Amino acid sequence: MQPPAEHVHWLFATGFLILGLCLLGEAIVGPDVWRTRAWRAYLWPGIAFTLGVLMFPVMTFFTNSTIHMLAHGAWAQALMFAGAAELGLVRGKLTSPWWRLAMAFAFLVSGTAFLVHEQNAWFFQRSSFLHHLMGWTLVIGAAVPLARCVRPRSTAFGGAFAATFLLIAVMLYCDRDLAPIFGHLSPLAGVQHR
Amino acid sequence: MNAELVSELKVSHRRTWRVRAISVIGPLTAVAAVAWALVQPYRITLLHPHGQSFWWLFVEPPLLVLVVGVLFHVLVVPGLVEDLEQADAAAG
Repeated sequence: MQPPAEHVHWLFATGFLILGLCLLGEAIVGPDVWRTRAWRAYLWPGIAFTLGVLMFPVMTFFTNSTIHMLAHGAWAQALMFAGAAELGLVRGKLTSPWWRLAMAFAFLVSGTAFLVHEQNAWFFQRSSFLHHLMGWTLVIGAAVPLARCVRPRSTAFGGAFAATFLLIAVMLYCDRDLAPIFGHLSPLAGVQHR
Repeated sequence: MNAELVSELKVSHRRTWRVRAISVIGPLTAVAAVAWALVQPYRITLLHPHGQSFWWLFVEPPLLVLVVGVLFHVLVVPGLVEDLEQADAAAG
């Protein structure tokens, strides 16, 4: 009953899409209006935390290699930490805006996890390309939550933050277990089955 | 023109822009999902379900995107528009 890896990527893409749409909504209306209703205030930090929790089954069941397990584990903890910090800020238990750095930290850890656990070159196959692309997107994109710490009410930074999650969702939806990328498919990758 | 009227016009324009922007997110997502399904119909395995395993029938990416767009529009947008209008009325 274990899903193929590509299906797990697509399910996480859906989570990131929900996260991206909520963040886009918050960027447009502003944090004050977004947080008028309690359920909405907790929505995206809760989803981020849940995505972190769901990374643990991925860590447990997809043990292709030790580096995969470590990367997924580190990723799970970083996402949970960032989600928990945002939940604490919304609840008022945490007051310092610098707790938002947790999200920048999660971006860096997630990006590094992507880059470290992809052992093949960019054009080995599509999933390799996407792992490199997502890794660098998150590492460079860590500047966005960092900027959001400094200017939490900025519509531009809020929009960029949402766009990063939407980009990651699109990349995850493009992922396939074994498929060419721009016509490249290493013979070492195996035979494309779909 | 009266300065107070100009201020009201600005608030009204801003509200309209925000309400419009928030209202098109769900439909745009749904349109993207439909376009994706038309371009890559093989991504919807429900169209050719014979011999497919559970996960290939359960996880249909274009349909997932469609559902997210529809749910966002139905569950999140109405309350958000209402709160946005109330906040603008209180500020104006």
